[in-house]
Amino acid sequence: MPDKIAITLDVNGKSYDVNVEPRRSLADVLREDCGLTGTHLGCEHGVCGACTVLVDGRPVRACLMFGVQAEGKAIRTVEGLADGDVLHPLQKAFWENHGLQCGFCTPGFLMLAVGALEENPAMSEAELRDVLSSNLCRCTGYQNIVKAVRLAADEMRARRA
Amino acid sequence: MKPAAFAYLAPTTLGEALAMLDGVQDDGKVLAGGQSLVPAMNFRLARPATLVDLNGLSELDHVSGDSDRGVVIGALVRHAAFHAPPFEGPLAELLAKVVRDIAHYPIRQRGTFGGSLAHADPASEWCLVAATLGATMHLASVAGTRTVAAADFFRGTFTTALAPNEILVRVDLPPLPAGWRTGFYEFSRRKGDFALAMALATLQIDGGAIRAVRLGVGGVSDRPRRLETVEAFLAGKPPTPATFAEAAELARGAVAVTADIHASEAYRSDLLGTVVRRALAEAAA
Amino acid sequence: MTWIGRSLPRLEDPALLKGRGNYVADHAKGALHVTFVRSALAAGDIVGIERPAEGLVFTGADLDGVGPIRPVLHRPDYRAVGQPVLPVERVVFPGQAVAVAVAASAAEAEDLAEQVFIDIDPIEPILDFDAALAADARAVHPEAPENVLVEGRLETPGFAETVASAHAVVELELRSRRQSAMPLEPRGGVASFDEATGRVTLVASVQMPHMLRTGITDCLGIPESDLRVVAPDVGGGFGQKMSLFPEYVVLVWLARRLRGKVAWIEDRRENFLASAHSRDQAFTVRGAFAADGELLALEADLRSNVGAFSCYPVTCGVEPLMAFGELPGPYRFSQYKVRSRGVTTNTCMMAPYRGVARPMLTFTMERLMDKAAAQLGIDAVDIRRRNLITAFPHRSPTGVVYDEGSYLQAMEAAVAHVDIPAFRARQAEARRHGRCLGLGVSVFSERTGYGTPVFAQRMMGIVPGYESVDLVMDPSGNVEVRIGASPHGQGLKTSLAQLVSDEVGVTPDKVRVVSGDTDATPYGWGTFASRSIVISGGATKLAAVAAATKLRKIAAKLMEASEEDIALEDGYARVAGTNKAMPIPELARAAYHQSQRLGMPAGIRESGFYDPAGTFSNACHICEVEVDVETGGVRIVRFVVVEDAGVVINPMIVDGQIAGGVAQGIGNALYEEMIYDDDGNLLTVSLADYLPPTALEVPDLEILHMETISPESVTKAKGVGEGGTIGAPAAVLNAVADALSPFGVEINVMPATPERIRAAIRNAKVPADA
Repeated sequence: MPDKIAITLDVNGKSYDVNVEPRRSLADVLREDCGLTGTHLGCEHGVCGACTVLVDGRPVRACLMFGVQAEGKAIRTVEGLADGDVLHPLQKAFWENHGLQCGFCTPGFLMLAVGALEENPAMSEAELRDVLSSNLCRCTGYQNIVKAVRLAADEMRARRA
Repeated sequence: MKPAAFAYLAPTTLGEALAMLDGVQDDGKVLAGGQSLVPAMNFRLARPATLVDLNGLSELDHVSGDSDRGVVIGALVRHAAFHAPPFEGPLAELLAKVVRDIAHYPIRQRGTFGGSLAHADPASEWCLVAATLGATMHLASVAGTRTVAAADFFRGTFTTALAPNEILVRVDLPPLPAGWRTGFYEFSRRKGDFALAMALATLQIDGGAIRAVRLGVGGVSDRPRRLETVEAFLAGKPPTPATFAEAAELARGAVAVTADIHASEAYRSDLLGTVVRRALAEAAA
Repeated sequence: MTWIGRSLPRLEDPALLKGRGNYVADHAKGALHVTFVRSALAAGDIVGIERPAEGLVFTGADLDGVGPIRPVLHRPDYRAVGQPVLPVERVVFPGQAVAVAVAASAAEAEDLAEQVFIDIDPIEPILDFDAALAADARAVHPEAPENVLVEGRLETPGFAETVASAHAVVELELRSRRQSAMPLEPRGGVASFDEATGRVTLVASVQMPHMLRTGITDCLGIPESDLRVVAPDVGGGFGQKMSLFPEYVVLVWLARRLRGKVAWIEDRRENFLASAHSRDQAFTVRGAFAADGELLALEADLRSNVGAFSCYPVTCGVEPLMAFGELPGPYRFSQYKVRSRGVTTNTCMMAPYRGVARPMLTFTMERLMDKAAAQLGIDAVDIRRRNLITAFPHRSPTGVVYDEGSYLQAMEAAVAHVDIPAFRARQAEARRHGRCLGLGVSVFSERTGYGTPVFAQRMMGIVPGYESVDLVMDPSGNVEVRIGASPHGQGLKTSLAQLVSDEVGVTPDKVRVVSGDTDATPYGWGTFASRSIVISGGATKLAAVAAATKLRKIAAKLMEASEEDIALEDGYARVAGTNKAMPIPELARAAYHQSQRLGMPAGIRESGFYDPAGTFSNACHICEVEVDVETGGVRIVRFVVVEDAGVVINPMIVDGQIAGGVAQGIGNALYEEMIYDDDGNLLTVSLADYLPPTALEVPDLEILHMETISPESVTKAKGVGEGGTIGAPAAVLNAVADALSPFGVEINVMPATPERIRAAIRNAKVPADA
């Protein structure tokens, strides 16, 4: 049995004490050790983006970080987006605009968009497309994802104002 | 696709990191952003026995200087630091322009400037910037720090002047003050993919002629190249499409291009001419 | 007001949006992890397998009594090749699973797998159909000495005379390179043994759970009742998850052998290597035309590289025989000569992928129309006007019967929407500035919702097609619909709920659709081939109608009214012309708890069964592109779809299917290609090399609808799952060809990569700088 390291992760504001091998990716730690299976693995080499989570507010690939590197960081995953049954504006917009089909890429797209919109709520259409080109979706053809994120951005801006 | 086991070291100072790396007997590897190393580890193409994680070294995460004096970029500065120009002038604008073609937004949040150079992927945009502008690399080890010019730093595909116990700690980019114009053109299958060919040009134009020029190409051979012979041709010429077309042909003659599944030698050579012409035209526009 | 026709947000979504989806990997907790040891070579004899001293490793030799996967086609030309679950004698494609390692975690299973050494005596691989069909070619399988696993031939009487007397013959040689359906979630299964019952439950990311159970239990020689297969949330399939793969047989075998729980979560590299491939086809066609552009006869030599094995259950006939039968597409001609071969090679098995052969055959017919138009000096739209089918039912030269469609009308609508004259003006203006714009048209048919009458014609040993549905209204008035179809992203549960709501009068949120569990659903075929809304929808509607009839009977009895006067709507049974009404839950309660008053069997439980002959959707795609002639890069400027899929149950879902299909079609047309090197190593094993489109490559579509009602579908809906993918490549590639028309070059290969486009321009008769 390879050596494990005891770490504490802060995920969605909750503390998780886990014992993990250094080689375990943050995605695997979230899924298997924290039981947060909303973060998905589609490629494990940083291209598809299904595992995108926020680390200290920035969207990153959870398959390209080791769990041990995430200690002391504020991690946010899809499970932390909704407030109970009240959906986040992005979740709501994805639902109302059919921004998902099989749903496998959805958590990654949501976290990508949350991070990007929190950094810059007033992205141009071109910037938005560019950011959303970071993740792959095989079902929707993207147009409803782009539309949902644009509408959610409007709502998030309105809420801030 | 889970990596092979490794020992994990997380230093908090450079001194500590250098000592740790020096103490690793074999197969030690420095981990910065991890956006290239970790995929290779997940495929088990890379299997370091020990990883020395630099992410705790905040001392390496700074950009200072400006376009007039040149800039010092700490090795751990993330690509995303250049999304907005971090200072004024042509150099900052160039960096902000180039960064948009580096992979995708989440990769740029995590990937580092120094990591890109140390990884030395032939298709790396930062490597092209360093080679074209003539960056100076600072390589530290327990024995001290040495500097290496970009021209001597890139040795081939994924190969640099770094010794196994050395860490690239900072990169100095020379000044590019007001009056310099810049052009960058990259062609890839989809935006964010590895460059099939790219070119970077900086020009000073005065009195209808090119007074000073730097031109480099990347993604076409085993390392980024500054094309001094083409620069010499361009000096003093009018910045016209005809001049640039001729420069493009010279560039094609100057580089022995490589082939991969996305571009044969013939196609890549063809692209090389196009990206050179377009980068020059953008700089002159 | 009806529920049908409304863009109801999907009932499936809240859980998925909250990260509470339930995919196969989410079931792996507590399982031992499995890694397959795969052949590094494309072909060779297994000399020996060296296992590590410690750790759980199994090989084919351990699988005593486990039979091969052997799909059957009752055709004289079919060569049945069995696929050993783990081979002991030879490997026939790179990535073929040879052994299996089991450990506490996926990482440790990979560690263990690395210590297994498979000694293979290499044989030079046969990788493409040219090599396989060469006169002196080695046989990939001894069962098929000619390397042809299936072959269809047909020549209509009068073919030769018609060609001889034609005004012009137009020839094309087209190639579709190998591609992957590439669902975002790879394959995977978790098998657990239950000590109490001796049964195994296999949770797997599949499209056909019932079929998988049959296939696995046949290989293992156990009764079906010993295995339960569950398809949980499935992260996309697109056909790749239809077939039975050896890995699933091994998982069930392992669970029984170890009396425990084992998980295999495929990684992306394996998915590229050893899941199914598709689209590897070369078509050579000759169209004989009259001077006025009428297509008189078509000759076709169609070759499909079906890879190393035949896929179960639909067999390797799926691509070649679909191409054979449906090449004529939406065009009217009577003389047809065709030869279509499925050729076996040392490459990954080819299996259905969204569209199956039709992306290539549509590319073929639409290139043929454009090329003939150019050759005959006829407008590209006019030549289609001359040849599209307009009288229904239409019978094709291969005997395929097309029900009512709007082929011509859909094209006219698309042409009008696009405003081609305005485009031509822009195109001419752009050319003056050295920019190359192009416009491409694609008209096509999409055979959807076909049941056993059609599948039986293919002479498959297993004839799929029908669907069954069990519908129960519980005493609280809520409805549970148990279906044999197995949706995985299509929103079928929402669409079916809308259908049910309109019949039984409760809101869709009170309708729960249960799918993907062999213990909980009637035997059915799953979700593939644009079939679910037609067939499962049809069965659901029939069951719902029966349930509504019973509800009306109960209401009539309880309210002392005539059954015909009862309307079920908004949660009530109302008596027409009166203000008498009863809430539906009260009727339901009465059905169960006051049955003695009703004089009919208690409860509300109805079944529906539907097995239609199928119905054709149709569409026209028009694409505008700009080609960068210096790099070969293509940018899609505009994409218009006029779709006719009959009655649209949920417009938002239908448009989503179209948009997703078109995106895949764009990927197929321009970006996606699986590449083997000469030694048989697959070079495209990562998403850095296999390139599906991103949000930057896919434009916002303009989608218009037509609604031709077909008697062939009880819901009046036609299928829409594959059309986008079928039509888009032809539209894109015709547009590229149009953009490059000044150079006189042809676009004959899909994907038209920048390198191919640039090479065509470089080799053009007209130089690039002219």
